[in-house]
Amino acid sequence: MHWQNIFEQTRGDFFLVLPEAMLIFFGLAILLSDFLLTKQQKAWNALTAMLGVVFSGGSLYMLRAYAAAPYGPTPGFYNSIVVDPFFIFFGFLFLASTALVILISVRYMEIEDEQHGEYYALMLFATVGMMFLACGNDLVVLFLGLETMALSFYVLSGFLRRDRRSNEAAMKYMLMGAFSSGILAYGFSILYGLAGSTNLQVIEGAISRRHLEVPGTDLLTFLALGTVAAGIFFKIAGVPFHQWAPDVYEGAPTAITAFVSGASKAASFALLLRLFLTVFWPVNLDWVRIMEAVGVLSLTVGTLAAITQTNIKRLLAYSSIAQVGYILLGFVAAVNPDGTLHERGLQAMAFYLFVYVFFNTGAFAVVILLRRKGIIGDEIDDLNGLIERSPGAAVLMLIFLLSLAGIPPTAGFVAKLLIFWALIETHHTVLAVLGVLYILPAVYYYFRMVAAMWVRESSDKVQPVISWAQKFALGAMVIVTLAAGMFPEQFLRLATYSILTPFGQ
Amino acid sequence: MIPVDDYLFLSLALFTIGVIGVLTRRNVIIMLMSIELILNAVNINLMVFSRMWGTVDGQVFAIFIITDAAAEAAVGLGIILAFFHNRETVLADEMDIMKW
Repeated sequence: MHWQNIFEQTRGDFFLVLPEAMLIFFGLAILLSDFLLTKQQKAWNALTAMLGVVFSGGSLYMLRAYAAAPYGPTPGFYNSIVVDPFFIFFGFLFLASTALVILISVRYMEIEDEQHGEYYALMLFATVGMMFLACGNDLVVLFLGLETMALSFYVLSGFLRRDRRSNEAAMKYMLMGAFSSGILAYGFSILYGLAGSTNLQVIEGAISRRHLEVPGTDLLTFLALGTVAAGIFFKIAGVPFHQWAPDVYEGAPTAITAFVSGASKAASFALLLRLFLTVFWPVNLDWVRIMEAVGVLSLTVGTLAAITQTNIKRLLAYSSIAQVGYILLGFVAAVNPDGTLHERGLQAMAFYLFVYVFFNTGAFAVVILLRRKGIIGDEIDDLNGLIERSPGAAVLMLIFLLSLAGIPPTAGFVAKLLIFWALIETHHTVLAVLGVLYILPAVYYYFRMVAAMWVRESSDKVQPVISWAQKFALGAMVIVTLAAGMFPEQFLRLATYSILTPFGQ
Repeated sequence: MIPVDDYLFLSLALFTIGVIGVLTRRNVIIMLMSIELILNAVNINLMVFSRMWGTVDGQVFAIFIITDAAAEAAVGLGIILAFFHNRETVLADEMDIMKW
């Protein structure tokens, strides 16, 4: 094939990756302009990054016409990416998370005295990786998207070079991340071997043919399923592949912890959904058992381990493992007992992921407020007497914690309700009851933090200083948390829009 | 011609050695080397399947995996250097500020 042909056939396709291209462009612009800024002017880097997010969001908004019927979904670059509602939904979710994390980072990085342009550039590059995870329709694109995201995150979690905990977090994250990517790549190579193509639809056809020819479980398909699932469970920190998460969450800069536990988790779930709803859909009754086991284990271990924690970031790490358990139970509810798709399960998952990014980032944003010169501020005792020192921050933290625990009128309540509803509809009543029961210990450990804020006396009376960027971000997060809790219809419509239908359904 | 199965067993053996290496060795550099072994197992798989099917996708994928391994090694060694700078050790057992 000649070069001219390649360019002619993909000419219109460059439009489809405009959101990613914008982020790369602004990321490179930050790396260049960083040289021109003095130490006092470094906040301009954050502004450039915000501009990049805004332009990327604008191009994503224009693309949405190509995503849904009657024009879409639109495949591009020889079917290696696809612009569909699933991509638009997750793209906006990643961009929103990136914008929030940029807003809460500026002051934090000033206090840490590590205000470098690379920080924001790497955040944009990580977002590019996430977007390719959401739109990839080819194993190569998915793998590269995952690695772009992961490599940026390894560096970001070790960004506080002089802090030993940050060094250690980066080291553990890098080792575990590279290990899990290797396992995932092994699964991808077997998938390629099954089909002779890296295109997801072709592989799905091959697996479905094998599934019909060979009754029972096919060994190669099972090996691919196992390795791919293990690789993704590492990324979303599902038990028993969760050991890295508490250490990384505790050691990484708090803003990056919020990013890892929000956007990166949503991106890994996008990869999970894309692969398991296309490639592995013919063997869905096999993988549903894996999801069930990992979901219940994550719920149990996350909830029980969180009870004894004294460090807020570590506690939130275990709580986010428990949240992963709930989301995985939503995935269990996406398959009817007869192997057909149950859309309400996917809708519940999308809704949960969407609101989770907001209230989870919110909780970490309040932890960032406690950071000041000389005080790390991530122990539960650092919350003592917050209601006197800063009533606003205490009320916000209460709302985010209520939402994490799943208590009305917050978004977390509606999200959990949707999951339980879908579980009951697919005859998983035991799982639904289990999920409800685990809310009780969750309420206990979240309210240990609330008790510290409202009941206990603080040793000093220093008021946290809140910058306008942090106020804006906190306001946006609390509005989404409350609005999705009290008026869920709009958010539900958004979640329904994002549903990815397996082929042949 | 050597049958495809033999290559697959070779790559499975490499993969297993890599996984065991990451899980049992305590020197971070050797853990990184074990991860490279896993990626090499992936590359052998891709090459064999590419030859078997007569499609070029696998070779393209393998080139990307090699590139990714290089990027990962660069970032990994950078992180190890920063860690060594502060702690003067590359042993995973001594990464114990936070519970492992």
